[in-house]
Formats: sequence, C-alpha cells, structure tokens
Amino acid sequence: MEILACIRRVPDTSENEIQLDAATNDIQRDDLVYSVNEPDNYAVEEAIQIVERTGGKLTVVTVGGEDDEEVLRREMAMGANGGVLLSDEAFNRSDGKGIATVLKAFVQKGHYDLILTGVQAEDGGAQVGGMLAALLDYPFASLVTSIEVLDGGKLKISREIEGGTKELNEIDLPCVLSIQTGINEPRYVGMRGIRQVASVDIPTFGASELGVDAGAVGEAAAKVKRTDYFVPASGKGAEMLQGSREEIIEKLLELIKAKGGLK
Amino acid sequence: MARIFAYIIHKDGVADDSAAELLAAAKKIDAAASPTAVVVGRGPQLDAVCTALSASYAEVWKIANEALAYPNAELVRKALVSVLPHDGILLVPHAHFGVDLSPGLSIKMNSAYVSDVLNIEGLEGTQLKLIRQEFGGQISAHVRCDISSGAVINLRPGAFKPLESAAVAGRVLDKSSEVGALTARRRFLETVVAELGDVDIAKQAILVSIGRGIQEKENIGIAEELAEALGAAVSCSRPVVDAKWLPKSRQVGSSGKTVKPKVYLACGISGSFQHLVGIKGNPLIVAINKNPKAPIFQVADVGIVVDMLEFLPALTVRIREISAVSA
Repeated sequence: MEILACIRRVPDTSENEIQLDAATNDIQRDDLVYSVNEPDNYAVEEAIQIVERTGGKLTVVTVGGEDDEEVLRREMAMGANGGVLLSDEAFNRSDGKGIATVLKAFVQKGHYDLILTGVQAEDGGAQVGGMLAALLDYPFASLVTSIEVLDGGKLKISREIEGGTKELNEIDLPCVLSIQTGINEPRYVGMRGIRQVASVDIPTFGASELGVDAGAVGEAAAKVKRTDYFVPASGKGAEMLQGSREEIIEKLLELIKAKGGLK
Repeated sequence: MARIFAYIIHKDGVADDSAAELLAAAKKIDAAASPTAVVVGRGPQLDAVCTALSASYAEVWKIANEALAYPNAELVRKALVSVLPHDGILLVPHAHFGVDLSPGLSIKMNSAYVSDVLNIEGLEGTQLKLIRQEFGGQISAHVRCDISSGAVINLRPGAFKPLESAAVAGRVLDKSSEVGALTARRRFLETVVAELGDVDIAKQAILVSIGRGIQEKENIGIAEELAEALGAAVSCSRPVVDAKWLPKSRQVGSSGKTVKPKVYLACGISGSFQHLVGIKGNPLIVAINKNPKAPIFQVADVGIVVDMLEFLPALTVRIREISAVSA
C-alpha cells in the first residue's frame, strides 16, 4: 500500500511553558523546543506497521520551511521511506483550508492509497485531514484507534467515541484517516538513526511545481485569521497552599477530611 | 444578517445538552438571532426530538432518512449540503461527531471553519470575532472568521452556559424531501462498549489521578501507594493510557470515564478540557503540578506547585503515620 503521512513540526507543549510576548501579542518564540506533533508520530508509526504487514511505501510530507526538514528526517529515521517538503512564501499564514489545498495538490501528483494525519496539532484545529479528504473527494474518518486492511480495497477501522466506546466502520480506499494518540507505541528513534538519514535528499516543491494558485492559499485567501494571543483574566483560581512541606500536607489533609474524603 | 443553524446531537429520542448551549452561542453572535435547529435521523425518535426542541427553537428542520439511523458523518454531510443555505452559519458541538463532520462540510459548503471555539465576542460586518485556546489550553487567541460565504463553527462542549429563556411555540419543518438518495464510502458496522476493567473509577470517593507528570511506568507505584493509604483508586489522564502504563478503564475524560468523587487529586495533570469534562459532581479538586502555568490551577479548588514525584511519597508517609496512631 502506498501511504502518505502529513506531519507538522510544533513547539512541544510538554517541554515548554508557553508565554505571551506582550510587545507583539505573539507567543515568545525564542528558545522554544520544537518536535514532531505528537499525534503525527502515532500516524507515522501506524503507517510503518501497515507497510511492514502489506508491503508498499510510506512518504512523509509537511508544509513549512527549511527548519521543518528536521521532523521529516526524524520520521524517516523511524522508518518512512521518503520525505517531501512543500515550501513557498505564498503558503505563509495559510489557514487550515490553505494547508489542505497545498496538500491536495501534492497528493494529486502521486498515487496514494491511504493518507494519514494526526488527530490535531498544537492549535487544536483537528481540521486539515477532514478538509483534505473533502477536497480530494475521498472518504474520511477521524479519531481512528485501529486499522485492519481488508481484501477488495477496503479497511476496517475503529473510532474512539464517548466514554471509551469504539465505533467500527468499513471504509473504501483511497481514504484519509486522522489518527488518535494511543493507537500504537511509536518506536524509539536514536541519534544513530537520525545520522543515517542526515544527508538524504528531501525534495522541495513550491506553488508553481505543485500547480497551486498562489491566490488560493496564504494569508490573502485565509477566511480564518488569528489576530493575537492573550492571557485571559484569570478566574478565582485555586487556593495555593504555601509553607513548608509538612504544613502543606497538614493543610491538605484537613481539606480532604472536611470534604468527607478521609475518615 | 446570515441565518444561524444549530446541529442537534441526539440519542434514544432525547436531544443532547449541547442543544441549549448552541442556542446560547447563537445569541452571542446576534442577540436578536432566532436560530434554526437541524435534526437528522429517522422514525418516532426523531419526531420526539423535534417536538421537544420546538419548545426552545422557533424553527426546527427535520431531516428523516432511513440511511441516517446511525449518524454517519459522510451521509449527514450530504444531507446538510442539500438543505442549508450557502451563506448560513452552522453551529456544531466540538465532540467526536463534530470533529468528523465539520471540516469536510465547510469545504463542500465553500464556507469558513473554526474548531473548538470557547467564546464569541460578536459580529463586526462580515467578521465573526471568536476566542480559542492553543497549546493545550496554555494560552488563548482571538480569531476572526469571514462569514461572507457562510461558516461552520464548532463550539467547545460546556463553554456556553444555557440561557434561562421563555418557552417558544416553535414549528417543525420537514425538509426530508430535499435530500436525495444517500450512500457513503464509509459504512458504520457497530459500536463496541468499553470493557469495565478491574476497578470502577466512577464509584470511588477519592481518586488519585495521574498525568504526564508521572514520567515513567516505574513511578505508577507512587500513586498506587498513596491511593492505598487513602482508601482511594488510581485514575489517569490520556497520556498515561497512550503510553500503556494504565488500562483505558482508568482514564477520566470525554473519551474515557465520567467520575464523581468527593476528592480528586490531579497529580501532574495539565488539565485539558477533554480531561476536565469527565469530572462531575463538584468534588474538591486538588492540583499538584510543578508547572505554575498549568491550566489545571484555573479550575482546581486547591493548588500545590511541587514535583508530584517528591510530594506524593511524603503525603503517603504522613497518612500512614496518622492511621497507625488512630488504629
């Protein structure tokens, strides 16, 4: 099966405290630790496992700049067969539809049976996969927690719905799936693996090579724009326990007892 | 003014609580708005939902189709594209169905899409002013959405407080005939209910709940020992289940279990909304986290900025001392 996984490089929220830069109303971007968007890593692992079972090839693709090559190489070190960077000034400040439009153009240059994305990125958009599927007129499923390849160009998939319940579906190929975290255990990538792919050529395509109308993407075409970041006026907030560790523990145990939690 | 529609989630003949939240959200776009409820399904259960909604929505559009017995997003999308005006604003709850439906629907309607909206500041010309969160709730963002060719707006469940409004005598319009034959390339097979697991976290008075801050599987014992000393059980947030350190039956949140303890010790949990919606019954929420910026401190009753891996063992020791004295 020919698989394409769409990935993204994002500030790692488990490694960074995101702070507002009051002068620019942007976040403070110096010293941020970046990594591959965590759900995308599960998507890549799932694709590698499908290729291991059924044959074929996995390509990873991202829309961005030179800095984003690092996550393509990381996923190639994990087992992706190739990486592609879609980069053009015209793509800058695209909204979700703009990114999906660029990806659609790339998909149509090749032949993919299955396209995977992570369930969402750091902006919580959870949008590009569903948009890409609709632009390609492929079927789509979100929040996918298992994939079984069936005969006859179909998959059996499960989706995670409320309360831990799973929804089982059959879906025709080609299709787009957004992958939920926890579907597998992404394999470890060591420095040695990264070094082995350090000099592999990463093809880069811009708007003209992709045949993307520059007016259909980027800031001018975006119907949805973030104007600024802000820190909301905090509500009541928690009563913060201060003092020595012993004092904090005594105070906490009193509160738990008062609530009837401790006998 | 563009017409506003509310997509109604329903089950077993009853509309989801989000129906009232969407109505409140529509009033934030335009205080004079009279949004239209859109309900898809089949049979007497669909009729029951439509009738009940007509007491709060002035107009209810009913779309009955045998193919919509289960809400398959691809089929629902086709039905909505057939009936909705192309400059309309559709409000959808941002839960598993909304995530499945809305991005693709916005493409087919050629309208804008914004996901997981927390608040609506109002309409300025064709610009809808919205508030979202990014980076796991660590920071908020103002977003502008051009609604001149319509919009699909997904709203965070629980973020819009239902209004106390007088009952209306709404009417139900049957739009079923505007929808053609429905076929999909994704076919629903069945739902499989989650396994119960060894411990039912929904029935515990105290939960020692752990998140990413537990750091590695070998540290789970720290939480288990505290739970044992407290007569509590260990629950967790999503990253712990993703890492396979605890089974899915221990997960609190929208895709896990809903719990209603008296005391909820959130240890090393950042506090995503998907996690928080699983905590009901107004327990004492204690946030134990070394990151003072963690969103959990905004919703907790009590906060302690400390490394849980050092604090929990000390707490366990103290509780054991007290028990030994009183025994």
